[in-house]
Amino acid sequence: MNKLNLILAGVGGQGILTLSTILGQTALAEGLHIKQSEVHGMAQRGGAVVSHFRFNDQQPASSLIPRGRADVILSLEPIEGLRYLPWLNENGMFISASSEVKNIPNYPETKQWQKEMNKLPRKLAVDAQKIAKQGKLRKGANIVLLGASSPYLKLREESILEALKKQFSKHGREIVKKNLALFKKGQQLAAS
Amino acid sequence: MQKRKLLLGDEAIAQGALDAGVSGAYSYPGTPSTEIMEYVMDNKQAKIRNVHRKWSSNEKTALEAALGAVYSGRRALVSMKHVGLNVAADPFVNSAITGVNGGLVLAVADDPSMHSSQNEQDTRFYAKFARVPLFEPADQQQAYELTRRAFDLSERFELPVIIRLTTRLAHSRADVELLEPRPENELDPETEHNRYTLIPLNARNNYRNLLDKSEKLEQFSEQSDLNKIHGTVAGKRGVIAAGIGYSYFSEYSQTELDIPCLHISFYPTPKRKILKFADNFEEIVVLEDGQPFLEEFLRDARGDRLKICGRLDGTLPRDGELTPDSTAEALGLQTTAHFSKPQDLPGRPPRLCPGCPHADSFDFLGEILETNENARAFSDIGCYTLGFLPPYEAIHTCVDMGASITMAKGAADAGLHPALAVIGDSTFTHSGLTGLLDAIYENSPITVLILDNATTAMTGGQASLAEVGLEDICLGLGVEKQHLHVLKPLSTEKDKNLAVLKEEVEHKGVSVLIVRRPCVQI
Ligand SMILES: Cc1ncc(C[n+]2csc(CCOP(=O)(O)OP(=O)(O)O)c2C)c(N)n1
Ligand code: SF4
Repeated sequence: MNKLNLILAGVGGQGILTLSTILGQTALAEGLHIKQSEVHGMAQRGGAVVSHFRFNDQQPASSLIPRGRADVILSLEPIEGLRYLPWLNENGMFISASSEVKNIPNYPETKQWQKEMNKLPRKLAVDAQKIAKQGKLRKGANIVLLGASSPYLKLREESILEALKKQFSKHGREIVKKNLALFKKGQQLAAS
Repeated sequence: MQKRKLLLGDEAIAQGALDAGVSGAYSYPGTPSTEIMEYVMDNKQAKIRNVHRKWSSNEKTALEAALGAVYSGRRALVSMKHVGLNVAADPFVNSAITGVNGGLVLAVADDPSMHSSQNEQDTRFYAKFARVPLFEPADQQQAYELTRRAFDLSERFELPVIIRLTTRLAHSRADVELLEPRPENELDPETEHNRYTLIPLNARNNYRNLLDKSEKLEQFSEQSDLNKIHGTVAGKRGVIAAGIGYSYFSEYSQTELDIPCLHISFYPTPKRKILKFADNFEEIVVLEDGQPFLEEFLRDARGDRLKICGRLDGTLPRDGELTPDSTAEALGLQTTAHFSKPQDLPGRPPRLCPGCPHADSFDFLGEILETNENARAFSDIGCYTLGFLPPYEAIHTCVDMGASITMAKGAADAGLHPALAVIGDSTFTHSGLTGLLDAIYENSPITVLILDNATTAMTGGQASLAEVGLEDICLGLGVEKQHLHVLKPLSTEKDKNLAVLKEEVEHKGVSVLIVRRPCVQI
């Protein structure tokens, strides 16, 4: 049985909806059944955003993942993913960007969230923002993280790459190429 | 193989309506319903067929236009958020009395937990009150299929029909299998003029007619597979699950739970079916997203002999949306957290975007409020409502669309001075115009700031009908030319803006300041 429960967390404008669209199209192409919940409206305006993404051979029932049952948390901002730790399963993988979005006055010390993350049995922090900048795609941190999490997503690499191409094809070949490169970079980080 | 498409609950309804042969979609934006209309607007087939797909100025005008379309024999879809139905309540209740010719479906999205709303009202109460049938899908596939059935039922019973969904279904996606699309209705206008002419003579007849239809609908609801028992009726405990509550129940019944369940997707409430089911058990768990609609009915009928677990006895929280976790608890299951949320994690509420024109408006508005203890800024709903929060703290009310101008007028009537109204351009064309007319009629001493950012920003940047020309609208309503100003919200203009505001606040009549700079997101 191929089955996955994933939570995507971040700040409005970081590209969570793009990621869930790519994942949805990938799973659809693989003939899987999908349920994913999104946050629209007011909460996108620089606020906390979360999306639950599930696939299964049969149609998953709930669009929200019950507590303690997420296989992976993918966080585009360190403290955003930590909010959803009660949803992570015992052997769950926590993957997070390490660059902070400090648009609130009381943002915690870097050390504080690092300590929390270090307590987890399985985790990976990625400086996705820096890699995106190096790849000359300022908004590409989400794709770096997609690459870094790909070994845990139980989806075939070719299908993800196909969905990536489709997603960005309207922006031209150059953008597609840059995104594919960022995905690969992320993937290498996960392997190293 | 049939066509599969990944669709939001909202989009499934839109696609369902298109495939059911709808000729017109009518709407005013409102989270979580906005994507229904947006989907129709972007849809290729809708373009080819030239389905009507423009925003209306508010929910009432949207529903009335749709009523005109179905009067003419075509099918129409109207979509809105729950509080939109308050605005459209007059044509809604009366459209049940007139009945319809072509199919009329209202897709109404409720927002339990008030993710982006002012209240948690449950549309099922409206349906009951107006004697209108209501479908409540559990998932996207059902949302798609029930929309077609809703159009069928609407034409069969000649009544408007509601399809109700809640935020979680509206905004979650699943793969949906599509049916063969069917053609639209031909133009076939009503010829019996007493049907839609609700003078008492006709209305009394029509109402009796509606009562007859209600009886038939109740029978339909009792017999329909839309309200269906799953599992074997045995044991001490049964579940009644409505709409998305059934999908949360299924999350556990697929793997770890064996309890019979009566799944409700259609109203009027199948009362006999519910009681017959409930009478098999000692205990009933009621799962519904929204207010305790079915639970209240069951408690009234069986509260004395049956243990009923739901929102009214504390098994589930009294307010807020139903979740898979609260469902698990209500069913006596554990969903275990293995890791806890770190303490002291700060929240991250939404904020105005950097460079937002509203911030500059609050900047000069704030000065008046600071220097004048009695000044009150009655405001409204939109991105600018964030002006309530620090660092701005520049508005004092937000009640319902349009209430800024009318409340300012009432406060001025009561002697409050200065009474300011702060309203967005789309909110103004939604329901600010008539209130402004009241103020002009009485020459009320109020100062109205229309924050014109050229869009309906809060709901994601839909067209704003104010584009037809705010100045002309205001002048046409009777605002005096010398008391109508157009300001630009920029820090470099602050002193100038403040001077105009200070002067107009002292004017003993209506002043309107159109504060104009586009939203940075468009
Ligand atoms: C009756 C009703 N319909 C719709 C909404 C959803 N809604 C809230 S604010 C808003 C429009 C905001 O547009 P505007 O007044 O131009 O302000 P902006 O967000 O652009 O600053 C809408 C559609 C609502 N709250 N109530
Ligand atoms: S979306 Fe537009 S109006 Fe809303 S906060 Fe951002 S800039 Fe301001």
